[in-house]
Amino acid sequence: MPHDHHDHDHFHHEGMSPSGHPYRADNDVPLTYWQTMEIAMREILIEKGILTPEAVQLQIDAMDARSPANGAAVVARAWTDPEFKARLLANGSDATREMGFDIGPMHLVAVENTDAVHNVIVCTLCSCYPRNLLGLPPDWYKSRAYRSRTVKEPRKVLSEFGLDLPDDVTVRVHDSTADMRYIVLPARPAGTDGMSEAELAALVTRDSMIGVGAPKQP
Amino acid sequence: MARVRVREMMPPGHVRTPAYLRGKTGEIERELGPFANPEKLAYGHEAEKRDLYRVRFTMREIWGDGAERPEDTLDAEIYAHWLEQVDD
Amino acid sequence: MGGNAAGTVLPENHDFALWEKRVDALMVLCSSKGYFTVDGLRRALEDMGEAAFEEMSYYERWVAAVNQNLIERNLYTLEELGAKMAEVKARGETYGEATGG
Repeated sequence: MPHDHHDHDHFHHEGMSPSGHPYRADNDVPLTYWQTMEIAMREILIEKGILTPEAVQLQIDAMDARSPANGAAVVARAWTDPEFKARLLANGSDATREMGFDIGPMHLVAVENTDAVHNVIVCTLCSCYPRNLLGLPPDWYKSRAYRSRTVKEPRKVLSEFGLDLPDDVTVRVHDSTADMRYIVLPARPAGTDGMSEAELAALVTRDSMIGVGAPKQP
Repeated sequence: MARVRVREMMPPGHVRTPAYLRGKTGEIERELGPFANPEKLAYGHEAEKRDLYRVRFTMREIWGDGAERPEDTLDAEIYAHWLEQVDD
Repeated sequence: MGGNAAGTVLPENHDFALWEKRVDALMVLCSSKGYFTVDGLRRALEDMGEAAFEEMSYYERWVAAVNQNLIERNLYTLEELGAKMAEVKARGETYGEATGG
């Protein structure tokens, strides 16, 4: 097999995952106490008939299949369909369910960025995150630094992400304290008239839907 | 919009009201409807429904005049039993 | 922890290890079967205290919290868990070897 760093088919052989991030050290490092516990719990639950190995794998596959592309499709739809956007802002759970993204027992609130308002999402109590639209949360979202500081100095945190907001824009921080999950509807970039929904979705980044970034420019 | 104050209780254990908002006054941004009380669910008990609200606070109210930008706002979901009416 | 002083946010991205994905799957599956709620999980996480946040990784805390809830729900006993953990540990030095059996 050729050893080509530019060949995406060979990401696995280069220590990179399909999403282009480095895999964590895992199977070939000394077994930890907590890993031992995970294996033991899983095997006990399977032996007792509470779970099956297939169910565990299916759940992992289902989670792996969720990515920010889901959220990006929702945002692109809202950018191109004013009626969908109105439904999304009125009831995020129902609107995203129309597109096949069921949030389950939680409820989705979509918050819209405008020229006057910039929204940013945090969960200070734990790590609540719209997993069905964005996949698993990134490490920084779960970090002490992000959770502690975003509610007190959001502008400083955003500037560390490379997003400097003018003084006349109001920042609205949303702390996901209970049963709501949040997604930011970023403002549609200028110069995108006539772009298709799929082309627009490609501009929508994960960070722009958390509120710590902006969509890509066309 | 209705003005409410977050109660200043500090019981031990699991509650979904952030400590930094206790005693702070804000405005109800929207009513979210009834949800099972997390303070019961957390301990595996039958949980009655409690009304949940999104409350909007100014950064000045939370952090004082020295806030990063006092006019910026913060929204959080707070259960009815943690809120008391504020009479202006 | 909202409002506490803390350092710079490091916007790094990692994919998750297999064992971490399995912890996530156990959490989702057991809570969807009604053995505990997300609130029960959060309560167990908070009860670990500040030291756990410094010393344990995210999914280490989660596996401990899922286990705490399953023990409380009487799905298995500490004796069963202890015996199984000893059996798993005896299989090999690495996660890959120990998870094979």
